[in-house]
Amino acid sequence: MRLDPQLPAGPLAEAWSRRRQDLPLVAPSNRRHFRVLVVGSGLAGASAAASLAEQGYHVRLLTYHDSPRRAHSVAAQGGINAARNYQNDGDSVERLFRDTVRGGDFRAREAGCHRLAEISGSIIDQCVALGVPFAREYGGSLCNRSFGGSQVSRTFYARGQTGQQLLYGVVQALLRQVAAGRVELCPQRDLLDLICLDGVARGAICRHRLTGALETHTAHAVLLASGGYSNVFHRSTNAVRSNASALWRAHRRGALMANPCFTQIHPTCIPSGDPDQSKLTLMSESLRNDGRVWLPRRPGDQRRPDQVPEAERDYFLERLYPSYGNMVPRDVASRRARELCVAGHGVGPAGRSIYLDFEEAIEREGRGVIEERYGNLFAIYERISGSDPYREPMRIYPAPHYTMGGLWVDYHLMSTIPGLFVLGESNFSEHGANRLGASALMQGLADGLFIVPATVPAWLAEHPHPELDEHHPVCREAVEGVRARIAALRSIGGRQPAEDLRRQLGGLLIESCGISRSAQGLRSGLEEVAALRASFDQDLLLVDPGTPLDPELEKALQLQDYLELADLMLRDALAREESCGAHFREEHQSESGEALRRDDAFSHIAAWQWRPDGAPIRHQEPLQFQAISPTARSYR
Amino acid sequence: MSAPSSLSLRLRIWRQRQDEPGGRFLSYPLTDLSPDLSLVEALDRLNQQLLLAGERPVSFDHDCREGICGSCGFLINGQAHGPRSGTAVCQLYLREFSDGQTLTLEPWRARAFPLIQDLVVDRSALDRLLVAGGYVSINIGSAPEANALPVAREQAAQAFEAASCIGCGACVAACPNASASLFVAAKLAHLELLPQGQPEAQQRSLRMREQMAAEGFGACGNQLECSAVCPKEIPSSLISRMNHLARG
Repeated sequence: MRLDPQLPAGPLAEAWSRRRQDLPLVAPSNRRHFRVLVVGSGLAGASAAASLAEQGYHVRLLTYHDSPRRAHSVAAQGGINAARNYQNDGDSVERLFRDTVRGGDFRAREAGCHRLAEISGSIIDQCVALGVPFAREYGGSLCNRSFGGSQVSRTFYARGQTGQQLLYGVVQALLRQVAAGRVELCPQRDLLDLICLDGVARGAICRHRLTGALETHTAHAVLLASGGYSNVFHRSTNAVRSNASALWRAHRRGALMANPCFTQIHPTCIPSGDPDQSKLTLMSESLRNDGRVWLPRRPGDQRRPDQVPEAERDYFLERLYPSYGNMVPRDVASRRARELCVAGHGVGPAGRSIYLDFEEAIEREGRGVIEERYGNLFAIYERISGSDPYREPMRIYPAPHYTMGGLWVDYHLMSTIPGLFVLGESNFSEHGANRLGASALMQGLADGLFIVPATVPAWLAEHPHPELDEHHPVCREAVEGVRARIAALRSIGGRQPAEDLRRQLGGLLIESCGISRSAQGLRSGLEEVAALRASFDQDLLLVDPGTPLDPELEKALQLQDYLELADLMLRDALAREESCGAHFREEHQSESGEALRRDDAFSHIAAWQWRPDGAPIRHQEPLQFQAISPTARSYR
Repeated sequence: MSAPSSLSLRLRIWRQRQDEPGGRFLSYPLTDLSPDLSLVEALDRLNQQLLLAGERPVSFDHDCREGICGSCGFLINGQAHGPRSGTAVCQLYLREFSDGQTLTLEPWRARAFPLIQDLVVDRSALDRLLVAGGYVSINIGSAPEANALPVAREQAAQAFEAASCIGCGACVAACPNASASLFVAAKLAHLELLPQGQPEAQQRSLRMREQMAAEGFGACGNQLECSAVCPKEIPSSLISRMNHLARG
């Protein structure tokens, strides 16, 4: 299989504008004849649906939530990057582009990263126009703050609820199109299969969560914006119902999965207090602007933080990385935190947390300023932990947060299934092996507001299929496949609830394929996953509740997909014999413990092909760097 | 985290299947709970026990579990989102309760929110209020430069506070008239306080208020329970603001 990323030729700057000029168009009067199916109502899905509907296409949006406003983009806290240089501190499109490529440790395509940086400014314009209440200076202009992995202030924010405000902005644009009759909103739908005709994506099969009905939705193009797969790990920062099923079902239908082992562990999350704790809540990276990370110098130091004198504290990020200090990228901060905890310096229950201390910032800036900046985050922390961060340092620990890996897409965001586009966190695109803070919201909105509104019409213009009848054999076959799959799960009649098996899977995966990975650990991970798959097949407990609303069935279906996905993540991590970004292979590190990339052998995207019988096949898309030569990342 | 200890609770939960016209309270004892567990995590544990006993688990809405998606919400001993102010149910930890306490959990009760099952209700009426006009009518691609229109810091902060409504429906559930006035007033204030939302302010207000009546939400009786239970502490003064502007 040859992977053609459809990259533009010539200089990177303006490459996207040149491409857009050449894309075919659909005349306004013809657009209503095309039906577009969008899956997911987060930033990428809602903005894509609104944009395409505004152009005049007929859009149907599926979401498993009761309302589009609940999509997990809502929980993003810190902010959104844009190269506007409003702070006059030397920012530019070029610099955001370079930070993104470098932050991703040279495992993303230059052309995509450049386009993202070019689009970033327009995203802010659009969101302000939609009524997003960003933070403002006294003079009325927009505020910025800085985020990890960059030396300029280019992050726009709405207190600690930037994702919520951006999501409401685009959801309102979406609802305006619902009012106009151009978007049909289908909430409470769980996507369970993709419909393909002659290898082209033509729709999806869903289960209506409230009626249990299996529905067929046909379309001329399908847009998947269903989010990432961090919940394959036990306790991530994701919403507990976020899942990988839409993505995985597309993969099984032929969409290649790229770099599945590139998963980000966020350094600042509220650690676990109880074995039954269901998730880990993120504390925004922006806190590291003012909070100082430290651990006691002496291993096993059990004293309360205020009893550890200054001289006996190790501000390890400031010590190891003098130029970036506490603002090093996420992968670096997480790795150092884990190492010190493993070495016995960790604090809190089981020694599995580190301190994030605001004492100095409060002394310097005053409590009022800190409260204005982070008040809602401090309140979240206090509610969950029962401890007051204005008085004692926060205790934090890394947790799975974001997946850079995802379905492979070309420059037009089309997967290897023609007619299937993948947006936002579900695709693998611009973050390489590590995503910089405040770049996820930027990418989701770039995809939905500006990229697919140009590339999807180009596809439609050249593929004016007649409408696919929902009784067509491919649709019937797909529905029957889903029905049989559900019946098979119900007939297992075992003793283990899906939740118990999911915890085991997530636990073994964080150990074998988390912050630190080794060939030996990955191989035993693969064996354990295989054993768990056998337990699932033979011993799943699934009770028919007698009503259509059946969260246990949903969990079982999701877990079945996670078991296969986990296997692929481990294989990918094992095959990538290098350390890059968030993928840290213990065999490949420098004497000071920094990641060692191997550009000679691994300067490529790994894209995996599903095979129903037998091991998946690993394909490669080589990466070329014309604007920046790959160097070792250094934040020291 | 608080000192390790454990507590027992009795959960008295409204059980009503999707296909039943009415329901009943059933009691479930839970023992050996850590105070660091959240109430919805305690419900997870109960559901696991019910599943193993071959019984139907309790249906309740939840997702982000950090108080921002607005999915969760039910009454705890008659109080929407429970005893802690400014807090959604998913952020309620068992350290708020005492050992041996009985907690009565029941769904939002409002004409505009039909019951689906157990603690889950249909809140799609709130989205229909927004469809009626809760947006700024501007097409994507036609926005002016972001800093072209200054917005005073205080004005932006007030708009943000109004915009922080998570659409959980607690305000409706707590209101004796099941009014959605706080929800509507918050959206109107969010958009009217920003220059971008001002051109269609009057039309938006009219349409959203008409839709509120059409959906079967009641009228505001100035009891202000809505604001007291709001997990985002949206001020009831926004309702007076809405009514004042509507009278012109």
